[in-house]
Amino acid sequence: MTLSLRESVHLVSDPKNLDASVEEVFQLMLGVNCQRYSGPVEIVEPESVTAVVGFGGLLSGACVFRSGASAAIKIAAHMTGMEFEEIDDTVKDGIGEICNMLAGAWKGKVPDLAANCGLSVPAVITGRDYNLHVQAPEFKLYHTYHFDDASFEVTIICDGLQ
Amino acid sequence: MSEVRTLIVDDSSVMRKIVERSLRQAGLNPLLVFEAGSGVEGLDLLKAQQVDLILSDINMPSMDGLEFLRQLRAQNLAPGVPVVMITTESSEEHVKQAILAGAQGYIRKPFTAEQVKERVLPLLNAA
Repeated sequence: MTLSLRESVHLVSDPKNLDASVEEVFQLMLGVNCQRYSGPVEIVEPESVTAVVGFGGLLSGACVFRSGASAAIKIAAHMTGMEFEEIDDTVKDGIGEICNMLAGAWKGKVPDLAANCGLSVPAVITGRDYNLHVQAPEFKLYHTYHFDDASFEVTIICDGLQ
Repeated sequence: MSEVRTLIVDDSSVMRKIVERSLRQAGLNPLLVFEAGSGVEGLDLLKAQQVDLILSDINMPSMDGLEFLRQLRAQNLAPGVPVVMITTESSEEHVKQAILAGAQGYIRKPFTAEQVKERVLPLLNAA
């Protein structure tokens, strides 16, 4: 029998799974509790950091993490116990790993997805005035969170589901 | 406890530091850590250094953790040294693949120091 996620799309796209994944990753790796915002995060800083981990297999798409520079620096500082003044390679590495763990935790919430969907290594983009655009996804979860005064966005984009 | 010589293989330098910190929090002191950013680097390092414990990520570019483990066994490097995989991949199939390739333990990211302690200390005590 060919395995399909089509019949369990309601489980795969359940927004609670993303909230639980964010909570788990930030609590275990940073020791902080994240609260979900109801609205979009307005990143007012000129520089932002975006990490992308691709999904391949029964589900294709990506997990995208995005924050301003100060939130990225704060997250990396919590992860490493180090202090950073700018977005250096260690901060980018840390944000890439956060995105990797979010992607892994999220797909791990649905057993068929965990077993039949691979992850790419993280790609991290930094800069100013850029947009990410995905054409007509199957579904998309876009959630925003904060801890202390740091806010960030996590997006799950599914552009193919078998 | 005598010095625990540990190889940490992960393409992320941040994760290598977090794993090292977790090992220290788990009570592995004194600890001498060797770091490798890929499976290839890990194999090269093991040709020159003896270690008591290996912790490896799975999802890495150039040579992933499972291939690193297979090569480790095929080249008879670090015989009898326990290998624990630390990875975001957590399905039963991934665990099975790691065990078949020769891993003795499996830790899913994200993890706590307590989980590292539970998985690693019994392996070191048995070695």
